[in-house]
Amino acid sequence: MNVAASSQGLPMSRVKPGRIIAWTLLFIGGVIMVTPLLFMLSTSLKDASQVYDLRVIPAAPTLDNYSEILGDGRFTRWFINSMIVAVIVTLSNVFFDSLVGYTLAKFRFRGRYIIFIAILSTLMIPTEMLVLPWYLMASQFGWLDSYWGIMFPGMMTAFGTFLMKQFFEGVPDDFLEAARIDGLNEFTIWWKIAMPLVTPALSALAIFTFLGNWTAFFWPLIVTTSADLYTLPVGLSSFAVEQSIQWEKIMTGASIATLPTLIIFLFLQRYIVRGVMLAGLKG
Amino acid sequence: MATIELDRLVKRYGQTTVVHGIDLSIQDGEFVVLVGPSGCGKSTTLRMIAGLEEISGGEIRIDGRVVNDLQPKDRNIAMVFQNYAIYPHMTVAENIAFGLYRSKLSKSEKRQRVEEVAATLGLSQLLERRPSALSGGQRQRVAIGRAMVRDPAAFLFDEPLSNLDAQLRTQMRIEIKRLHHRLGTTSVFVTHDQVEAMTMADRIVVMRDGRILQIGTPLELYEKPVDVFTARFIGSPTMNLLPASLRDGGADLLVGGSVRIPFSSATTSDILVGARPQDLVPTATGSQGLTVSGTVAVVETLGSETLVHIETAGQTIIGSVPGRQIPQIGEHLTLHAAADRLYYFDTATEKALAAQ
Repeated sequence: MNVAASSQGLPMSRVKPGRIIAWTLLFIGGVIMVTPLLFMLSTSLKDASQVYDLRVIPAAPTLDNYSEILGDGRFTRWFINSMIVAVIVTLSNVFFDSLVGYTLAKFRFRGRYIIFIAILSTLMIPTEMLVLPWYLMASQFGWLDSYWGIMFPGMMTAFGTFLMKQFFEGVPDDFLEAARIDGLNEFTIWWKIAMPLVTPALSALAIFTFLGNWTAFFWPLIVTTSADLYTLPVGLSSFAVEQSIQWEKIMTGASIATLPTLIIFLFLQRYIVRGVMLAGLKG
Repeated sequence: MATIELDRLVKRYGQTTVVHGIDLSIQDGEFVVLVGPSGCGKSTTLRMIAGLEEISGGEIRIDGRVVNDLQPKDRNIAMVFQNYAIYPHMTVAENIAFGLYRSKLSKSEKRQRVEEVAATLGLSQLLERRPSALSGGQRQRVAIGRAMVRDPAAFLFDEPLSNLDAQLRTQMRIEIKRLHHRLGTTSVFVTHDQVEAMTMADRIVVMRDGRILQIGTPLELYEKPVDVFTARFIGSPTMNLLPASLRDGGADLLVGGSVRIPFSSATTSDILVGARPQDLVPTATGSQGLTVSGTVAVVETLGSETLVHIETAGQTIIGSVPGRQIPQIGEHLTLHAAADRLYYFDTATEKALAAQ
């Protein structure tokens, strides 16, 4: 009855002013967020002559850019490169971050706290400071211009380890002890018992890692030299330097590149929201 | 089935000793309850038997074999936890089958075992359900099923009923007891609830501050508590303890009333006279015993009997009157307890004194 009553709408006089302000702010925020995406999509449907015509709905929409980009073997290659890098780094993070996080959360051993602090302290070092040592390392090991070169700095992250440790701490010891009595070894306990219990955290970690690597630009730009190894963001940026700035191509590439992100978000948004809520992350 | 022996068992955490060299021998097929207040070391003792806590000193033997350094999985025991510890991502059948993880039985044999156990525990209709779709009692039955399925040498229960509501707790208590009668498997049950201990145990082990105070059958503990702690801990409502001063051939009660007891061989003049509320009644039997008078402060009507709290000389004493006789608050009431229903303790040592 209450639900029925409230769903019939409230008289305007009962809407609190605070609500109106909140809705207005949210609306403005929404417009600010959506406008660039709309322009990206709109520009991708224009030809070069219309790019600086700022109408959202193109005067003469065309799919030529898409057929050109998708027909260009380089774009497909970059897309695959990005996919390889993002998937492998994500799997690696899900595996290793949770393994280390679990160990730090559930085992008592000498130096545990120091190790945790050491891992955590690396979060305070900005990426810009790490790029040079990474580059020197990659250069000395012969990893420049290779998939491994792009991936190695992100195969395990302090943030992921910290996130997983916090989640594993919430897993009651009784579960693990029951499994220990039932005869599982420690690795199997982690894999079969603990991991399924932190699925929301794993999903959140996987999503953030995937998105972070999918959109990564700075490090792949530095470590790759041959166009065959470019990831999508690096490849797209090359449209801007090679033959002046081809906005319609860049926007078409960006629109296609957004698809995996959108698909992931549509399917896993409840995990993203839960992950953000539980981990106190910024979105 | 197995015997379990604890020999001078010690547990230390750093400088703190939480279990002080306890000795306990549990017979094959016995149902032993470790009972005591929080922090008395009962759960730690159970976890040492399970192998989940390292032993700081002494020896644990299961069926004569020293298991001090054996992993939990090699001790052939099964444990039921307070929080059930059934896995939320598995169905009831998968949870029960998990107890057979190391078993070399074929898949169909495992399935059959799971079905047998489920039938015993009334879970047959729930096998494909997830724990989230079960009630508290059903979850605890699944946990027991997982423990039962592999036919262990002993069951260890770590406060398995404390998360259930009062009605379910009573029901599960009976179910566990019935199961024990049927299977005859040695069981060690930890609880802080003396009613659970009294109703389930073959023998009760009363623990306090990491030490065993008394071991005995429920009735032995009720009738012959060795000290004030056990006397107050066992029995509900708790035993009344009235300070008295001993003199030749009897004692003077220091609260309102009198006590006449044939008593000798006490080394102290200050004693505590104990009387259980159920023994403190309005009708006097014989000339000897305890008599207390006071004003009725609280009346608890239970139907079969009525508990009466009377106040005298600043002390509250609980007695009982027949169920249909409900005294008025503020009324003056005199209660008596027969001499053979009284308990005596040394005030200084809190140990029981033997009456003759």
